[in-house]
Amino acid sequence: MSVIFFTLIILIGSYFAGLLGSLTGLGGGVVIIPLLTLLLNVDIHYAIGASLVSVIATSSGSAAAYVKEGITNMRLGMFLEIATTAGAMCGAILAIYIPTHYIAILFGVILLMSALLSLRKKAEQIITEKSYLAEKLKLNSSYPTANGTVNYSVRKVGGGFVMMIFAGTISGLLGIGSGALKVIAMDTIMRIPFKVSTTTSNFMIGVTASASAVVYLQRGYISPGLVMPVVIGVLFGAFTGSKILVHTKSSGWLRWVFAIVVSFLAGQMIYNGITGKI
Amino acid sequence: MKFKDTDIQSLIGQVLRGGMIVSMSIVFLGGILFMYRHGHSIPDYKEFKGIPRFLQTPGSLVNAAIIFKGQAIIQLGIILLIATPILRVVFSTIGFALEKDYLYVGISLLVLLIIFASMMSGHAG
Repeated sequence: MSVIFFTLIILIGSYFAGLLGSLTGLGGGVVIIPLLTLLLNVDIHYAIGASLVSVIATSSGSAAAYVKEGITNMRLGMFLEIATTAGAMCGAILAIYIPTHYIAILFGVILLMSALLSLRKKAEQIITEKSYLAEKLKLNSSYPTANGTVNYSVRKVGGGFVMMIFAGTISGLLGIGSGALKVIAMDTIMRIPFKVSTTTSNFMIGVTASASAVVYLQRGYISPGLVMPVVIGVLFGAFTGSKILVHTKSSGWLRWVFAIVVSFLAGQMIYNGITGKI
Repeated sequence: MKFKDTDIQSLIGQVLRGGMIVSMSIVFLGGILFMYRHGHSIPDYKEFKGIPRFLQTPGSLVNAAIIFKGQAIIQLGIILLIATPILRVVFSTIGFALEKDYLYVGISLLVLLIIFASMMSGHAG
């Protein structure tokens, strides 16, 4: 097939990846990599490079909106970015040395985990007891809601920090945003309100991805002819998704569809990794 | 003038959005040039071979962009895209300094240091 045809397929595929990713909060990267490696036989290094760049694009675009609204906790994000960027750097370096079939298998496992996690019921508990570390680091804050400003505190700062190192490493290794892992760290471990954890996670994803992208750039993982349609497609898809999201209520069934599709792709990645096809 | 969190939030939001728009426009432009010249070639991504020489150093990259090589222009756009969140951290640092929050000036500088280390480490090996 020609470059034009190839690029067109990727554009369309990336568009749907971005669309589905933004509607379900799972991110486009998780679909892009299987799409490129399984369907188009692209080497996994080029695929994770392209995916990572698209993650930066969508993160920057959406984070801009949430920061302005004052929901994102910038200090929390900044503090946790120490962990995520350090992890991302390690992950990117590991990616150079780990054989590709292990990367494929790990990718499939993380993908499966993300799919299952996205189906969890979210029980929100806003805590107000003060933690010493959270106070010292000025992490406790508030965010605006329809009913006025809500104050919240942060706890288990250390635990959240460690989880973030892991999230960053996975992001750097697999070329994904690791939004699901970041949200677990903030939501479950640090007990931060859901809206704040998702917007702050989004905010952090960009810098985390950049920390590993600079390594990818030097290693030649980022191929412009491939990245171009991916990043354009995903961005438009994510943009469309965000517009739809504003107008619809709950995306329960869509989340199930996505979880099933993603689980299938995860299985394929693991299978291909094990049989050495990737 | 007293700087509040909201001023900084607004600035950061603009940096992120502006960076994304400018870099994506460059990528798009480069994309069109690339397709125009290479649209009928066969794509070859099956085996990992890195990227063409002329894309590997800043000097040759810029030279190639000047003569309208699509891939070089796309790559420059990508580099700007990657730089956008990093630029955001720089602005956060400035913002914290203006708010006289020195703890967070330190934290943001630490993040920038890690990113810098990451840039340097890419060369090793």
